[in-house]
Amino acid sequence: MTTSVAQPSSAPFTLSIFLKRFGLLLVYALLALGLTLLSDRFLTGSNQINIVRQATISGIVAIGMTLVILTAGIDLSVGSILALSAVVAADLVKQGVPALLGFLIAIAIGAVMGMINGVMITRGKIPPFIATLGMLTVGRGLTLMYTQGKPFTGLPESFRFIGISSIGPVPMPIVVAGLLFIVMTLLLSRTRFGEYVYLIGDNPVAARLAGINVNRMIVYVYMISGMCAALAGIILVARLDSAQPVIGVGYEFNAIAAVVVGGTSFSGGEGTLLGTLFGTLLIETLGNGLNLLNVSPLWEQVVKGTVIALALLFYNAINRSTK
Amino acid sequence: MRFKMTDQTYRLELKNIVKSFPGVMAVRDVTLAAYFGEILALVGENGAGKSTLMNILSGALIADSGMILLDGNEVRITSPRRAQELGIAMIHQELALIPQMSVAQNIFLGREPLQVSGILVDTKKMQADAQVIINQLGLDFAVSAIISDLSIAQRQMVEIAKAISIKSRVIILDEPTSALSERESVKLFEMMHTLREQKVTLIYISHRMEEIFSFSDRIAVMRDGQLVGVEPTGNLSINSVVQMMVGRELKEFFPKTETEIGEIVLEAYGLRSGSRLKNASLFLRRGEIVGLAGLVGSGRTEIARVLFGADPLEAGEIIVAGQKVKIQSPEEAIRLGIGLVTEDRKAQGLFLRQSVRSNASITLFTKFSRFGFLQVKKIDRWIRSAINQLNIRTPNLEQHVGNLSGGNQQKVVIARWLALNPQILILDEPTRGIDVSAKAEIHNLMGELASKGMAILMISSELPEILGISDRILVMREGRLMAEFSRLDATQDKIMQAATGQLENAGINLNE
Repeated sequence: MTTSVAQPSSAPFTLSIFLKRFGLLLVYALLALGLTLLSDRFLTGSNQINIVRQATISGIVAIGMTLVILTAGIDLSVGSILALSAVVAADLVKQGVPALLGFLIAIAIGAVMGMINGVMITRGKIPPFIATLGMLTVGRGLTLMYTQGKPFTGLPESFRFIGISSIGPVPMPIVVAGLLFIVMTLLLSRTRFGEYVYLIGDNPVAARLAGINVNRMIVYVYMISGMCAALAGIILVARLDSAQPVIGVGYEFNAIAAVVVGGTSFSGGEGTLLGTLFGTLLIETLGNGLNLLNVSPLWEQVVKGTVIALALLFYNAINRSTK
Repeated sequence: MRFKMTDQTYRLELKNIVKSFPGVMAVRDVTLAAYFGEILALVGENGAGKSTLMNILSGALIADSGMILLDGNEVRITSPRRAQELGIAMIHQELALIPQMSVAQNIFLGREPLQVSGILVDTKKMQADAQVIINQLGLDFAVSAIISDLSIAQRQMVEIAKAISIKSRVIILDEPTSALSERESVKLFEMMHTLREQKVTLIYISHRMEEIFSFSDRIAVMRDGQLVGVEPTGNLSINSVVQMMVGRELKEFFPKTETEIGEIVLEAYGLRSGSRLKNASLFLRRGEIVGLAGLVGSGRTEIARVLFGADPLEAGEIIVAGQKVKIQSPEEAIRLGIGLVTEDRKAQGLFLRQSVRSNASITLFTKFSRFGFLQVKKIDRWIRSAINQLNIRTPNLEQHVGNLSGGNQQKVVIARWLALNPQILILDEPTRGIDVSAKAEIHNLMGELASKGMAILMISSELPEILGISDRILVMREGRLMAEFSRLDATQDKIMQAATGQLENAGINLNE
């Protein structure tokens, strides 16, 4: 017997529960307030749109990463998947393949690479960290081979529209990321698959014994992560008009950081996409703010790393006090 | 009572202990004393405050008010470390040993004897010291054995050896036998008696009435955070203790619903899997509760797992409703109408950080979804009716299942299977660690399900439970089915003899 019964049947609304729910929003508000006071350029419409547009790329990758981390996994290969699928698409479209088909091929490449990750993890019983670390190297190697180390530039408008056009005042990347966010939120909160993701993350053994095909679900999750990375790659290349072989290096860091800052638990089964959205915005706002304040870009990484460490300490402290 | 009058001084006194948590008064003004060299059983339903009280004694929790006296002196127990220094050790249900280390290393963890240099561990002395304790307790494994190679029972013995090595005066055991077979439990109790002779005070929390009555000197009963009574065991009966625990009289301890037994729904021949299940054949009939007894490790759980597709079947044949089937995953077993309530609720059954809703309805998602979207209203309607039917106590459907008591958690797991209305339900230790009234509710439910035509296979280490509710009893030993008894023929002795190998191939022919 544990002391579980000693816990109140319905927990009173305490400060720590408030912080758990709204802490991130609070930090974001404080940061925004501080930056507004320090820089008159921060709270301008163009700067805000700039932040959100910046956030779309890492945000899309972070959406897939959220699902992966909810299953208590990790996907280190997103940057490489992003690169390989984007350079292949760019090359094909440059050679005359219709842009839409090029996009679909890129997403298919992301799906296949994700599937390989998933199969290595479930059938091969390789820990996600190692399996996707392998894919990170392989994917980057293939990208360098495919491009011979040279970038593809001068992409047709049909490819670039997804990165540079806009619907009314809203840039296209934001439209795409917003739609993806809505679809994935519905997927996680309203569907059977979404429920399975949380349950598998909480206890894969019990999930299997309740009749869930755990291996298949995990493969799907890594496929989704791969497809998100590919989509982010397309948008990035379309915006820059350049598919560099080293594109997306280190993107796994920003995505993981956004997910973790957004409150998703590394042990799986706990977290939301809304948290990831705020995590992404927080990290991008931080970068933007450092930029506006003319802080050396070399410091940016130090600050970001520190923020993530603080976020983890914060969630641990809150989790302890609400237990 | 074996203690003499001269020993009738208190080793330990708890006076007016109060402890509350937000919203709950867990311990209300409890005063309890324990003698030198006695085995004091502490019983009560889940949530009665036993564990809270013992956690206060062992320093894991601090009381809001009250006084603790050890050998007549007031002590302040502010941390588990302080409790250890005072000679109070608590052995938890979840053992706290390091699986990769040896017995000796675990016993002396953090207190390793050092060589003259003062840096390196004096392994020889550590092993010799550990050997002394092992001998003193009459244990039969090597001090160099690695913990992960030991059985749960042996690990528990190591915990006790560790408690002895720190010269504990009071040892608290929280449901020590819940994971042990009967034979292992007997061994544990022999050891407890040895310790009692050495004037150690043992406080022992348990739900198993038979054990408590055979081994304890006195019984203390708690209910709703209060001490309801403390009496020498000889002055009490199981009925009176149960009555004190629940505050009312339970008419029958193991209510048996009479059911009509129908046709065979499952036959299995020559099942073999892994090293533990060697050769077992059995059949199940509609409306019948079959009890599967045997020592821990005899292959009982493995039978359940192969029938449910959780482990691969290496040899043998399974026939469900007349059709020969291959069950390669739990998913397929469920499709065939087989459900399994697993042995280890927390590790294999529950999603502790998810809601009661998700936990109870996981098996329903396929049935209640359209184009992959969950039909939440239908699911909720079903869950609410299950909550009523099973009398699950939860404030709402969003509550994390980890916050419910053991009995309610188990009912949530059972609810999951009721939804599918399987033809065959296998329950592995369904009432382990569950309080008396929840236990009776689960037994009643099993009877009800059987009367509606479900075939039930119940694995249990508790013989009274097996004898109480089974229509037919199978006994396993070393991976084989050794005996089969009808409800009327079975006795505790016969089952034990079959389980321990003193009775070869008793009962009727298994394969008719």
